Amino acid sequence: MYTQALDIPQQQPEGNTPPAAENPVYQAEFDAKIDAGGFIEPKDWMPESYRKTLIRQISQHAHSEIVGMLPEGNWITRAPTLKRKAILLAKVQDEGGHGLYLYAAAETLGVSRDELTEALLSGKAKYSSIFNYPTLSWADVGVIGWLVDGAAIMNQIPLCKCSYGPYARAMVRVCKEESFHQRQGYDALLQLMSGTQEQRDMVQDAVNRWWWPSIMMFGPHDKDSVHSGQSARWGIKRISNDDLRQKFVDATVKQAEVLGVTLPDPELKWNEARGHYDFGAIEWDDFWNVVNGHGDCNVDRLAARNKAWNDGAWVREAAMAHAEKHAA
Amino acid sequence: MERKEWPLWEVFVRSRNGLDHKHCGSVHAPDAKLALQVARDVYTRRQEGVSLWVVKAEHIVASDPDAKPELFDPAEDKIYRHPTFYKLPDEVNHM
Repeated sequence: MYTQALDIPQQQPEGNTPPAAENPVYQAEFDAKIDAGGFIEPKDWMPESYRKTLIRQISQHAHSEIVGMLPEGNWITRAPTLKRKAILLAKVQDEGGHGLYLYAAAETLGVSRDELTEALLSGKAKYSSIFNYPTLSWADVGVIGWLVDGAAIMNQIPLCKCSYGPYARAMVRVCKEESFHQRQGYDALLQLMSGTQEQRDMVQDAVNRWWWPSIMMFGPHDKDSVHSGQSARWGIKRISNDDLRQKFVDATVKQAEVLGVTLPDPELKWNEARGHYDFGAIEWDDFWNVVNGHGDCNVDRLAARNKAWNDGAWVREAAMAHAEKHAA
Repeated sequence: MERKEWPLWEVFVRSRNGLDHKHCGSVHAPDAKLALQVARDVYTRRQEGVSLWVVKAEHIVASDPDAKPELFDPAEDKIYRHPTFYKLPDEVNHM
């Protein structure tokens, strides 16, 4: 899973104004629960803006998992060995599973599966823009596991403690499985790096293409992040975009060294005073370009989802007709 | 919009014999047989369970969160229902 898009505004940004207390007594109880680090459960009273924020975030997250099956699914039939094919199938199946855990969590907030599906297929809903980049070689599959899933894990671990119970519980399941995704990717890359020069070049090329999009997955800088303040107040976002990004960069440098690849950033260097790695400026224009629909694969991804959904319509209808006939 | 989605089922998994079934999430499925199949694929890909229950979500009756005080608070002042309420002599306190 891949939470970059989490605080990308969708239709109208809600801004940073606190929600009006629709019911002061309930609002006070709600605030007290959040302040005490407690959980909000589906039937509990919650401010409408909290509900809306969660629906947007959880559904973007779910859509990202579902669309995330496409770039890697692209390589299932071309995996180099039976072992790698079995691993990739399991990983892609997990991504589908993660989407379903998350749709189920979103539905507890009163939105229907039909509405969620419709929002994705019509292009109204956002999903993580990382999936709008193409997977050009087998090394991309390994690099996605290592960097993209690695960034996702950093993003997702704090969500296991978020204030909305069903989302937090879904994230516990997701995080357990995500660790396999990252390790299998790194393992595939280690094997390629022990191969021919051509194979090593293929890994380096994939790292060059995926590094910057991966660190953009943490979202805009804190000072530019529209929803972060309110989400932190609500216990939905526990660690800021920039802090998570720094943590990811710090963890990844050593992994790149062990693998024997170079991260494509000449400004990447250890800063003794900060106790962190410094890194170069991010090209946000590219990020927003892809978020706003102009990436290499935006059109293909949505077309593939729509085709799968439409091709499956007769199955969904036949299964329902069969169930109704036998219930009668 | 017209709702065409399959009905919602709540899923409960027994992780191993000797433990209760525990709620783990929900799935959409047209009937009970497929609900079990989908629940297996979604919630037990890593041997998380040895038994599954699926229940149509509409059949679950839940207590009202607003009724929490009258349902659960009366137990709050009945501390004599707990063994730790009783202070016994040290020699026999492990009773």
